[in-house]
Amino acid sequence: MIPFDYRRAGDAETAVAAVAGNPGAAFLGGGTNLVDHMKLGVAEPDLLVDVTRLPFDSVDPLPGGGLRIGAGVRNSDLAADERVRTRYPVLAEALLSGASGQLRNLATTGGNLLQRTRCGYFQDVTTPCNKRRPGEGCSAREGYHRYHAILGASPHCVAVHPSDLAVALTALDAVVRVRGPRDGHGERAIPAAELHRLPGEHPEWDTVLGHGDLITAVDLPPLPMAARSRYRKVRDRASYAFALVSVAAAVELTGDVIGDVRIALGGVAHKPWRATLAEAALRGRPPDRAEFRAAAEAELADAQPLRDNRFKVPMARNTIVSVLAGLTGEEPR
Amino acid sequence: MDADITLTVDGERRALTVDTRVTLLDALRDRLGVTSPKKGCDHGQCGTCTVLLDGRRATTCLAFAVAHDGAEITTSAGLGAGDGGVGAEPAHPLHRAFLEHDGFQCGYCTPGQICSAAGMLAEAEAGWPSAVTPDVAERPALDEAEIRERMSGNLCRCGAYPGIVAAILGVAEGRRT
Amino acid sequence: MTGLLRPSAVGRSPVRVDGPAKVTGRAPYAYEQPVREPAYVHPVQATIARGRVTAIHTGAALALDGVLTVLTPENAPHLERGIDPELEILQSPDVAFRGQLVGAVVAETPEVARQAAGLVRIEYERAEHDCVFSADRTDLYRPEVVNPSLPTDTSDGDVGTALRDAERTVVATYTTAMTHNNPMEPHTTVAVWDDDGLTLYDSTQGVHAMRESVAPVLGLDPGVVRVVAPYVGGGFGSKGTAHAHLVLAALAAKRTAGRPVKLALTRQQMFSLVGYRTPTVQRVGLGADPDGRLTALSVDVVEQTARIKEFAEQTGVPARKVYAAPNRRTTHRLAALDVPVPSWMRAPGECPGMFGPEVAMDELAQACDIDPVELRIRNEPETDPETGLPFSSRDLVGCLREGADRFGWRRRDPRPRARLEDGWWVGTGVASSTYPVHASPGTTATVRISPDGRYEVLIGAVDIGTGAWTALTQIAADALGVPAEDVHLHIGDTDLPEAPVAGGSSGTTNWGSAIVAAARSFREKYGPDAGPGDEHTASTAENPFAQRYAMRAFGAQFAEVRVHADTGEIRVPRLLGVFAAGRIVNPRTARSQLTGGMTMGLSMALHEESVFDDRFGFVVNHDLAEYHIATCADVRSVEAYWRDEHDPYVNPMGTKGIGEIGIVGTAAAIANAAHHATGARVRDLPMTPDKFCE
Repeated sequence: MIPFDYRRAGDAETAVAAVAGNPGAAFLGGGTNLVDHMKLGVAEPDLLVDVTRLPFDSVDPLPGGGLRIGAGVRNSDLAADERVRTRYPVLAEALLSGASGQLRNLATTGGNLLQRTRCGYFQDVTTPCNKRRPGEGCSAREGYHRYHAILGASPHCVAVHPSDLAVALTALDAVVRVRGPRDGHGERAIPAAELHRLPGEHPEWDTVLGHGDLITAVDLPPLPMAARSRYRKVRDRASYAFALVSVAAAVELTGDVIGDVRIALGGVAHKPWRATLAEAALRGRPPDRAEFRAAAEAELADAQPLRDNRFKVPMARNTIVSVLAGLTGEEPR
Repeated sequence: MDADITLTVDGERRALTVDTRVTLLDALRDRLGVTSPKKGCDHGQCGTCTVLLDGRRATTCLAFAVAHDGAEITTSAGLGAGDGGVGAEPAHPLHRAFLEHDGFQCGYCTPGQICSAAGMLAEAEAGWPSAVTPDVAERPALDEAEIRERMSGNLCRCGAYPGIVAAILGVAEGRRT
Repeated sequence: MTGLLRPSAVGRSPVRVDGPAKVTGRAPYAYEQPVREPAYVHPVQATIARGRVTAIHTGAALALDGVLTVLTPENAPHLERGIDPELEILQSPDVAFRGQLVGAVVAETPEVARQAAGLVRIEYERAEHDCVFSADRTDLYRPEVVNPSLPTDTSDGDVGTALRDAERTVVATYTTAMTHNNPMEPHTTVAVWDDDGLTLYDSTQGVHAMRESVAPVLGLDPGVVRVVAPYVGGGFGSKGTAHAHLVLAALAAKRTAGRPVKLALTRQQMFSLVGYRTPTVQRVGLGADPDGRLTALSVDVVEQTARIKEFAEQTGVPARKVYAAPNRRTTHRLAALDVPVPSWMRAPGECPGMFGPEVAMDELAQACDIDPVELRIRNEPETDPETGLPFSSRDLVGCLREGADRFGWRRRDPRPRARLEDGWWVGTGVASSTYPVHASPGTTATVRISPDGRYEVLIGAVDIGTGAWTALTQIAADALGVPAEDVHLHIGDTDLPEAPVAGGSSGTTNWGSAIVAAARSFREKYGPDAGPGDEHTASTAENPFAQRYAMRAFGAQFAEVRVHADTGEIRVPRLLGVFAAGRIVNPRTARSQLTGGMTMGLSMALHEESVFDDRFGFVVNHDLAEYHIATCADVRSVEAYWRDEHDPYVNPMGTKGIGEIGIVGTAAAIANAAHHATGARVRDLPMTPDKFCE
């Protein structure tokens, strides 16, 4: 780790200016991913601007019935929030399925969204990785890629985004509020589904944010159907492990058919994957396993698994079916 | 680059100068000689470095000391010791329960397990749900399954989990009655 | 031998002697030993798998404030060659595996040492490396012996013909993964040179063993090397032999003019420097008559070793010992690769070697339509199948029967894929377990009475979590005929009488026998009225029964498994083991040893795999986030019971060793239960959800 300066930001404007003015600077939130990467040499900031004392540490009601989650709200506090638990259970479940109790007490909302891939080659600076050093090549494509992408990957990168929170927010049509060096005193709003990007030619960019952009809050829209939602994470251990695949979903029945449905997948792509094809296939259809399976298959029709992660296609399909069946009162298989 | 900070560790106020790169864990172990929290992975992946940080359980290996200037830290050595500082004998019900249920073997993960358990019991008493709570909207009942999930951030390679869970359950039930 | 010790303290369950210090965190492990103004060492590792260092640029590192020295192959102190290639670090520019030590920085702080290590720039001449482990390689070779010094191959009768003629056969290939011990305490050495010599505060399973390994490499008389290890955060074999970092710490301390140095490996570094369990490929053949009586049994093993140093895991050995069969064969072949050096991991040989054969037995039970417990009972041998010697005691059948009763085996519907509960397939399985009784004659202990009238017992044993602090205190109390409170034990230091490693489940056998020998001769010498200053030292002799009896512990492992019908997630709600392992010294700590082994077996079954990328020659998932060991949530009911076994031949305590048998057979029981649950026969570990998701 190289030596770095540490500053504690008093307000957002100063924080943004401090980072924007120094290409080697980074924001420090809970530190659970950044400090990890600094020890590994994956990140080498020479200035850390601590944003944990900024006044972004509360969850507040929005006019119209939504919630504004401050970027500094700790994952554990957000998961324990009564309003989140009753109105957006998918969000509480996603948070609780991530990391561990003692890490969730440190990790922040904004930092969780900006955590970086767990790809073993990305995390080991002695191996080539296009995400770390563009142009070096991708070690995972022909290497260890059991956890890697089956959707939306590029020849340059097959990494997946590890956040559970981001998957739930994508399903909920949440909006990420950002303050950047060019935003003056204002903020800009980015739909959660558009925050992260596919790797394409530039796997080094995880998100659409630029240097100095600071997430200040995440807005949850009022979404009555989210009261019936859930997050299901399939992983190699019963706890404290990253997803093989995960599914965030909410379903609203209108009479005997599905009126509205939201589905997002984790562990399958470089970004949380909103399953719009599956959603379209399900609207107006009866809630049964055959329909769920057909919809899941429609979503996964373009999947391009790698040598050692073909299992993710049936696993994602089956998990979608299992979650939707649970939400609509279908008996387990 | 150095910074002057103050930490209150197990009731004792300590002033120190640290390189900004020093984690809270290394500040405790290397600078202050407080070796109750252990280093098992240094990356937030095992939980052996868990302490109560300003009253909540937290891994100390991924926290820079400079970012926690002024923090109050309780290690397993200080747990249950009250204001009198660290005593000579295990003072907390969790200590005694871990001894009785043999909730450890090599002992290296144990101070972290015990701090984690103390923090976890407070979380459960506050009504926080977990990933195995059947309905996160409801207040969870702290049973074995809940304890297992909530303690999963503390790895134990000796495999003392059944004793750990029994010890914590015993303390939790003792508090309820 | 004058008969078995009369138990008084032995058989009781006092809490751990070292418990209070451990639960509060005050027990000082190696890194925490009080030394003045230590400097810190950070290793530099090779980033190629084979070749040589052609240039090493240390200028940038040395220019850093706080750097004391940089060790390289060009400037490192001389070591004796030809003793142990794993320990001969920095003596040549050659690189034999990725991750090998090629340098180190010594600095004022750990942060500076680590930063400087990153600034050391190395140029290499790469050579073609070969890290591809496969049973199909054409250059597999036959080692002279397998660990520790057992025959590589055995053959009785004619397996080929017997298999061909058998009415029921199972011939299948089973694999176990490369796995890493990963004790929670990383390998750590604090080294101090002073006028008296070299002191090493080390995280080790054996103080004398480390001294015997490291002193000759350093060109030192063992008498000037002291190794201290009062508390050790687990080892599971990886701290049982000296590894390169121990030598590196000594070399670094040689350069700091008496100033202590601390070297704690990072978790990532442990994946290439402190040993691991080789992957194995086991070709198993079973032939039987329709009643399930074995006519043929063969186990042909392929595994890997490092080109730099041979380690031949004895995977085929347990198959020589467990079941009767007139025609039998075991073989071991090795692939020598440009990989880190494999070594001991909990129950080497026995643990992987009871996976393939015990799953094959389950397949044979199915082929014969016989209950798998009954099948094992039918193949119980009268004597050691390999040597024909009688067993000093053997109660596998008792373990199977008692386990079946306790587990509720009789209610089992034998049909696979027959029970679906709440979306989970449910099944149960069984496997046998075994572990040999090891003994090292020449283990020494001293008994003396201190000025304050307490009995002091001194022995260079090490407690790595086994409970030795407590069990040895109990044994000493009974051997001296005094209450345990009157015994003060001293362990973990080469200044104490010589004792072998905590390994091979032999700690209590060796150390306990030495304490009994010392206590008995102390009593013979001084009588019951010994007083302060009286002291006596004794060593263990060769066990006269060692050549007349086969000595082994046995056990039966039962598992319940649930597999999610949609996702393939696999859970183990219940493990139950019954063991016949001689007398149990302390039921409290013994239960933890057995259930801890079973838990590690569960972890091996479901989670553990070091994913080796042979293009680079390294383990990709080299941390505890990606190398999974079982978490608290993965481990539900784990029960261990033991048979009341009286074995007068093994040692004066009647103990057989319990540290390893718990891990043996667990993975097979779980695999068999998973098959019973789902109908899917998984022959390759670990059994991750993808293997059941369809």
